[in-house]
Amino acid sequence: MGVQLLASESATTFSPLLWMILLPLIGAAVIASIPRSRSDSLRQIALTFSALSGAISVYMLTEFDAKDAGFQFVVNAEWIKSLGISWHLGVDGISLFLLVLTGILFPIAIVAITPDHDAKAYYSWLLVLMAGSMGVFVALDLVVFFLFFEIVLVPMYFLIGLWGHGDRIYAATKFFLYTMFGSALMLVGILATAFLHQRASGGALTFDLVQIAKDQSLSTGAGRWIFGTFALAFAVKVPLFPLHTWLPDAHTEAPTAGSVILAGVMLKLGTYGFIRFGLYLFPEAAHFFAPLLLTLGVIGIIYGAICATMQKDLKRLVAYSSVAHLGFIVLGIFSMTTQGIEGGVLQMVNHGITTPAMFLLVGMIYERRHTRSIAELSGLQKSAPIFAGVFMLVMLSSVGLPGLNGFPGEFLTLLGGFKGARWWSVVAATGVILSAVYLLWAYQRVFHGEPEGDNATMPDLKLNEGLSLLPLLVLIVVLGVYPKPMLDRIEPSVEALMEHIGAHSNADVRDVERPSEHDAEASGSHAEEGGR
Amino acid sequence: MHQLIWLIPALPLAGFLLQVVAGRRLGDPGAGWIATGAIGASFAVVGATFIDMWSKDAEARTLHQTLFNWIPSGNFKVSIGFLADPLSITMALFVTGIGALIHLYSIGYMKGDEKFSKFFLYLNLFIFSMLMLVLGDNLLLTFLGWEGVGACSYFLISFWHTDPANASAGKKAFVTNRVGDWGFMVATFFTWTVVGSINYLDITGAAHGGAIGTGAATAIVVLFLVAATGKSAQLPLFVWLPDAMAGPTPVSALIHAATMVTSGVYLLVRLNPVLHLASPWAGTLIAWVGAITALVAATIAISQTDIKKVLAYSTVSQLGFLFLAVGTGNYIAAIFHMVTHAFFKALMFLGSGSVILGMAHEQDMRRFGNLRKYMPITAITFIVGWLSIAGVPPFSGFWSKDEILAGAFGKGGVSGYALWAIGLVTALMTAFYMSRQVFMTFFGEEKWRVPSTDDGQAGDHADAESHGEDAADEVAHDDSAHDHHGSHLTPEHTPRESPWTMTLPLVLLAGLATIGGVLNLPFAKATEFLGQWLEPVVGTHELGVDGPGLVVLAIIATLSGLVGIALAAVVYLRHQIDPERIELDVFAKGWYIDSSYAWFMGGPGRKFFDAVAWFDKTIIDGAVNGVASVVATTSGELRQAQTGRVRNYAIGIASGAVVVLAYVVVRMSS
Repeated sequence: MGVQLLASESATTFSPLLWMILLPLIGAAVIASIPRSRSDSLRQIALTFSALSGAISVYMLTEFDAKDAGFQFVVNAEWIKSLGISWHLGVDGISLFLLVLTGILFPIAIVAITPDHDAKAYYSWLLVLMAGSMGVFVALDLVVFFLFFEIVLVPMYFLIGLWGHGDRIYAATKFFLYTMFGSALMLVGILATAFLHQRASGGALTFDLVQIAKDQSLSTGAGRWIFGTFALAFAVKVPLFPLHTWLPDAHTEAPTAGSVILAGVMLKLGTYGFIRFGLYLFPEAAHFFAPLLLTLGVIGIIYGAICATMQKDLKRLVAYSSVAHLGFIVLGIFSMTTQGIEGGVLQMVNHGITTPAMFLLVGMIYERRHTRSIAELSGLQKSAPIFAGVFMLVMLSSVGLPGLNGFPGEFLTLLGGFKGARWWSVVAATGVILSAVYLLWAYQRVFHGEPEGDNATMPDLKLNEGLSLLPLLVLIVVLGVYPKPMLDRIEPSVEALMEHIGAHSNADVRDVERPSEHDAEASGSHAEEGGR
Repeated sequence: MHQLIWLIPALPLAGFLLQVVAGRRLGDPGAGWIATGAIGASFAVVGATFIDMWSKDAEARTLHQTLFNWIPSGNFKVSIGFLADPLSITMALFVTGIGALIHLYSIGYMKGDEKFSKFFLYLNLFIFSMLMLVLGDNLLLTFLGWEGVGACSYFLISFWHTDPANASAGKKAFVTNRVGDWGFMVATFFTWTVVGSINYLDITGAAHGGAIGTGAATAIVVLFLVAATGKSAQLPLFVWLPDAMAGPTPVSALIHAATMVTSGVYLLVRLNPVLHLASPWAGTLIAWVGAITALVAATIAISQTDIKKVLAYSTVSQLGFLFLAVGTGNYIAAIFHMVTHAFFKALMFLGSGSVILGMAHEQDMRRFGNLRKYMPITAITFIVGWLSIAGVPPFSGFWSKDEILAGAFGKGGVSGYALWAIGLVTALMTAFYMSRQVFMTFFGEEKWRVPSTDDGQAGDHADAESHGEDAADEVAHDDSAHDHHGSHLTPEHTPRESPWTMTLPLVLLAGLATIGGVLNLPFAKATEFLGQWLEPVVGTHELGVDGPGLVVLAIIATLSGLVGIALAAVVYLRHQIDPERIELDVFAKGWYIDSSYAWFMGGPGRKFFDAVAWFDKTIIDGAVNGVASVVATTSGELRQAQTGRVRNYAIGIASGAVVVLAYVVVRMSS
């Protein structure tokens, strides 16, 4: 609590969290107020505000106390006092890197992609989206969280609907309605949580996440029902099988920037939600529902990969690969082990680096060839060798090659899965075979062979394209070789979460671990226990 | 010395990075020399480490260096660290040694290729990965190398990627290996849950302390066997290796004969203390997988006409011998034969490359003959390799193969004798198909002088065809293929010996293949250098056969080799038996194993995948759209309620509010 108080005091001088959210909003307002005649400076303005917000996230990363498991940079200001709603914001190891990722991806998306029309509205919506995404990851009040969680739908709806391709209205509407229906029940869940908490604790009405999670005052039955309402919302967002079909449509028809943000940031709202508002808020219920969610996650890994294999559109293929990758994250989270959850958080960030890079590359192919159909592409490695090399690096990261960033997270989720949910993990591990199948086959059809027709003259990677990809490529290598700084910062919060789960659910105590248990575990007591 | 271990993989890595940055500028042959230098320097460091270790007491020969924590999570710890002990240094010695020679050879072989520098970039990356695999001090770092060599193998098999067949072969290698990698990953998880660490020293410590139960040890061993069958091309996962011959020939020598494919054997030998704790059937399983693979692959090799395909199946077969040795607990023999095989098989692959260059990129042995006249160095060195693999004393292969067979025999029991018998028959067949290759290539008539009548079979596609069957299809796209593997052999062609960069490695490897046996001569304890050297890692091993018995077994084995050679001479030199009576169609088709897989993947497998995709589109997404249209219809009905009169709405809102309010009041007061 001491840290929290200190942080709130310093918040009066400079609160990074508030500015991180406010700067993009201010940017959006500035852009909206600029007359259309001066639209040439829009991009610079958008870039400036998003980069400033991103810079704050990086600054926060440097100031973050790696040893502190609790929330840092906390802001806690009353908003609607009578209802107990407050601007309670904070960052811990679980949300830290998702914020930095958001802070990096938006400027990259702005640099890399120029909208083909109505730049003014485009950049405004993009900045609103950035603010909303940042908000979701820092909200520690249920109502504030819900607010941000819903707000991000609007700009994304317009981005897909106005700047998308093909059947964009259908895709945008499907995306909006699907996720909206998913989260409608969550609102009921949030209200019920607050009211039931108030009744049980006898105090004032509050929507404060930390307070409610700490009290754990809801009955087991109520907790499970309410968890279900949250889980439905998050399952749509992840997306979990069988609630995933909005994703391929949204991804395929979205403009490249939309796909980048959708894959990089928005899919993580679901898995992040599962940790923050599932495991943390309802540990017992999360434990109760774990077998179901593990099963859906593992189905997603296999099923997503199989669907990806059969796609004829490169962008759809990448979209389905996300279903598979997010399955690993769900496996890790609901294995309820330190390794699994840490791996899940790590994988959220790394998937948010690799898949956006993949979408940027697919976008570049589309720009040059005006098609994403795998059948119409061929032999690009011959006509564009550097482009092919970059694509190969990103692809191998997605395949999960050790030494690149896709591996540590995937490995830890499976390792934690093996410890907490053995047979799920054994099945899930076959996903590593399938990911090689769909990616290598796609690579072969698009890049290998003799280039035919227009493919023979496809221009290679341009310098500015390379530069916009460079940060992601560097991260792909660096985070694969040296993920330790990230894990060091994620770990205390995950350990604290594990203790919280251990204390408030009937989960086996063995799932809660402290460093001192190392030798005891070596005795091999796990070997005989077949997971949950 | 142990502070410098990191240099061993770091030098090839530096070479790789240099090529990434400046490869094109270094060009041909600069990039090749830089790459060769990097591996040579790495070899020098390995050599220095070896000498340093040699000068120490046996128990002090384990050097350990940790660079940094790699993936720490809770009580899971894994670091980037190196373990240099007699086993890993032995591996590192021949990986860098043979690697350097093959790099040198490649400067000549790849001359003029438009992707010259790219080739050396991959080659350096491969050596780096291979060294991480053998020097890593834990399972995960070995896995890093394991996947790294897999990726490099993929790059290099599909090096001439404009040819769809090469691209397919590369993908097939990677995907098949990944099946094995599933086993590796699950085995790693299992090891960690049992031992609490994946560090080799901890695992062997736990195993020696008996902290691993029989059931767990068996599961771990079997899962690692799955991994090993992938990487080391054993049944049922061997199908990728013959196709891997689509890569440039130095790649076949380095990756698909001498080094990478031995990783599975290395892994099992490295984990030998766990193997000891496993149920006996696990070891028996390993031995039988090896024996059957050895036999099956040898039969297939008999009917191959592509010079590289023969060597490819021969490699699969010889790797089977290594598994046989591991399964019978004969680790020293496994490593011994691994090393000698690396000498003579690398030699023969490079020799075949020399022949292929000399014969204008023709790979069909039926168009060779009498080449010893034109390519004397290639011919003599190749003959050394042949005598070695055929098990003719005193060449190296004789000693190492004999030790494997003797070990199987000494194991005794029905299984032991059966394994020995299979090994013996395989040895005979090995001598036969290798003699066939040598006779068809270097002896007899100059068959390319006769104009070819059957383009479909004699042709360009040699390295691309899977089993001759689909040759006709592939001729079509070979017309446009890269000139590097399209043959332009004409009847007027005069073969030429290769440049010194290529023949020098041949001569050096021939020397090693000749005298390699001195590594571990069975005459006395004192001459078993390799056995003593590896003892700290694999313990001592009694063959179970001694003195006279050993001599008798050696004579039997030698005779079987000589019979194989004699038989081949009758068929291919003196033409007294029609080859078609021996080269059975079922052999040529590889027992239909590969084509069955291909049929399954293309047939039911493909149908299943299609069905899933259809299910997703029609059922899952169909349900979503169905719900949407139902909602649209119902809301059309409900629109009747929208009267547009404010009073109606107000009533609705008010009554709704009353209901909510009532609910809240009731809940609050209860």
